[in-house]
Amino acid sequence: MAIGNLMMTQLEHHHVLTALVENHPGVLARMAGLFARRGYNIESLTVSVTEDPAISRMTIVVAGDSMVLEQITKQLNKLIEVIRVVDYAELPSVQRELALIKVNAEPRDRSEIMQIVEIFRGRIIDMGERTFIIEVTGGSEKLDKIRELLNPYGIKEMVRTGIIAMARGPRTA
Amino acid sequence: MKMSGAHVVLECLRQEGVKHIFGFPGGVLLPFYDALYDCQDIEHILVRHEQGAAHMADGYARATGKVGVCLATSGPGATNLVTGITNAYMDSIPMVAITGQVRTAVIGKDAFQEADITGITMPITKHNYLVKNPEDLARVISEAFHIARTGRPGPVLIDIPFDVNKQIIEWDPSTYPKKVDIPSYRPNIRGHEMQIRKAAQVIAEAERPVLYVGGGAISANAQKEVTELAERCNILVTTTLLGKGAIDETHKLSMGMLGMHGTAYANHAVNNCDLLIAVGARFDDRVTGKVDKFAPDAKVIHIDIDPAEIGKVRFADVPIVGDVKLVLKELLKHVQPRPWSEWNDQIMEWKKLFPLIYPKDGKLYVEYIIDQIGEATNWNLIMATDVGQHQMWAAQYFKCRKPHHWISSGGLGTMGFGLPAAIGAKVACPESTVVCISGDGSFQMCTQELMTASVYELPVISIICNNHSLGMVRQWQDLFYKQRFSQTSLEASPDFVKLAEAYGCVGIRVEKPEEVRPAIEAALKVRKKPVVIECIIPTEENVYPMIPAGESVSEMKQRTDLEELKASLNTDSEAWSFSEEDKVLSEYVEEAESVQTP
Ligand SMILES: Cc1ncc(C[n+]2csc(CCOP(=O)(O)OP(=O)(O)O)c2C)c(N)n1
Repeated sequence: MAIGNLMMTQLEHHHVLTALVENHPGVLARMAGLFARRGYNIESLTVSVTEDPAISRMTIVVAGDSMVLEQITKQLNKLIEVIRVVDYAELPSVQRELALIKVNAEPRDRSEIMQIVEIFRGRIIDMGERTFIIEVTGGSEKLDKIRELLNPYGIKEMVRTGIIAMARGPRTA
Repeated sequence: MKMSGAHVVLECLRQEGVKHIFGFPGGVLLPFYDALYDCQDIEHILVRHEQGAAHMADGYARATGKVGVCLATSGPGATNLVTGITNAYMDSIPMVAITGQVRTAVIGKDAFQEADITGITMPITKHNYLVKNPEDLARVISEAFHIARTGRPGPVLIDIPFDVNKQIIEWDPSTYPKKVDIPSYRPNIRGHEMQIRKAAQVIAEAERPVLYVGGGAISANAQKEVTELAERCNILVTTTLLGKGAIDETHKLSMGMLGMHGTAYANHAVNNCDLLIAVGARFDDRVTGKVDKFAPDAKVIHIDIDPAEIGKVRFADVPIVGDVKLVLKELLKHVQPRPWSEWNDQIMEWKKLFPLIYPKDGKLYVEYIIDQIGEATNWNLIMATDVGQHQMWAAQYFKCRKPHHWISSGGLGTMGFGLPAAIGAKVACPESTVVCISGDGSFQMCTQELMTASVYELPVISIICNNHSLGMVRQWQDLFYKQRFSQTSLEASPDFVKLAEAYGCVGIRVEKPEEVRPAIEAALKVRKKPVVIECIIPTEENVYPMIPAGESVSEMKQRTDLEELKASLNTDSEAWSFSEEDKVLSEYVEEAESVQTP
């Protein structure tokens, strides 16, 4: 489910879906089971609470053409606990993701790395003897890019949250 | 009122109008069965295997359209329901399955007879619940019945731990929800007005329309509307295996079943139509064969309650999401009469060229058996089937006149379904004649339920078409695996007559065609016992026509003796004759031709 290795070409068929679901135990299992069973390719899935504690919000990044997407949306809607599914391809929206990257930081490389972090408006949140942990947020492309730039120093570990999305303006999911 | 969780459950079931439960007890269900001990108005049918309970609930639901209820204990009891629940799920049958669960305190600890049945059944139920608090029982049960019967029907499972059944709570039965509203579940039942108008227009413009009707029309009880649309527009109707009964199959506009073993004329009609009106059907692969060669020139109007079915397999030019009955009613307000057409004549020509036909050569054929059952009962009976060749012959030859008269496992193709489903149907409709068509293979998968039928004095009639083989698999080996009959011989079978008698049933063996009718007549007279008729049939017969899996109509295989049989029929005065059929048809056509178009 990690989005880490995504190439830009794959991004073209990307869709960000948001499902508002009843906050019941088992609802995540139902969603995950549906994706596995019907052979849909999820790239990331995040679950969190919303402004209403009875409702959770799942943001799902899937690859597929419009036929596949339509099926996914319809099948999700069939789950009793799914309240609504929104496809952000159809709406102006902001999409964000957060990454933590642990990168080798030899003394001679440190200032260069710090510059890169600066340019990407990231933060260094842990500094060890030979490593940094860098926190950076943004769209997936930005995160891909900083990763690419940090690669030559040696990325030891990376974790990304997966995308969350919100419609611009007064519209809500 | 103070009462136990189990009493709450029973009271809820009563308020849902449940009259019968098919079940089997076990440790964690002791509080439930204890409460049941005093219960007067719900009859519990004690089965011999939980799979039987699920199929009985399924058959009960198919015969009535009501929600069938089955019950099993935790662990093995619950897992034994799995096949039956899947079967109901695949065919969209309304069912509530209740399972016992280990105490809430030990759930997740691998307790004795613990199985994660909600986890196991997630992909095979429309929804399921684990009730951890007895206060939730009433809400959950009302929701379960609501979900099972509305929208696209399906099975719902409720898992109830021992302590939840046992605990005493304060509950007022008059608070049981009369109406259920689940905000995240509101199926769309009214079709889109504009699409319905568009459908009417597309129908008016079509030259070669065909109606393709599935199980959705049965669950929506839309026989009247389907027939009205067919008659008003003179459109011939083909149904799927599950759609049988959506139009009276003795009706002149009925083409019988389509698909792999459907009638050749129905398949030719669909293949050549320019408009396919799909009603409560889902373009299953047993119907379409190769999808891109299925009805290649047709526009599609697709009416279904489940939006996910529309566009899943085949693009719909006019998609209409809604309850089939309501949508057709609305559509009928807009469609104009159409006269009998040359296209219909063409289909009738195909019907003559490729009739459903079998030899009268002194051997005993399933086709003949089905014909005889139909004649003996005036085609007024509930026919349940198992799975295999006998099922396909039954589907081809049984002229189903009413919805809910045909009970067959379609989507899952579950051997062993027939007998328990027939029992469920008989419990639901004690006044109806219920006949189960089975095979020597299938019958042995749920034989034990003969005991259930026997104990409850249910006179269901089982016809075992004994070809001493797993015929349908053998047929594929014959046609596609160079006659290498690997593991499909059932040379050694029990003596089915003695077996029937051992279970307290009447057993009859039939070996010649002329013995069939008397055996059926005798069986129909039996009042309080199940009857088993074993018919010894040839091993090497195959079901035709047949479109091999994944192929199209052009690959359809016919009987090799088709031409001979047609020729002999015209000379054999006793046999069904074309001329007679022609006369009835021409009268119909005459009337239909006089229809005025606007
Ligand atoms: C539970 C189950 N197991 C296996 C199959 C595969 N299968 C389909 S038809 C068939 C043979 C059925 O034999 P029988 O009941 O004797 O009917 P016949 O085809 O001979 O009429 C088999 C094994 C199935 N459909 N269901």
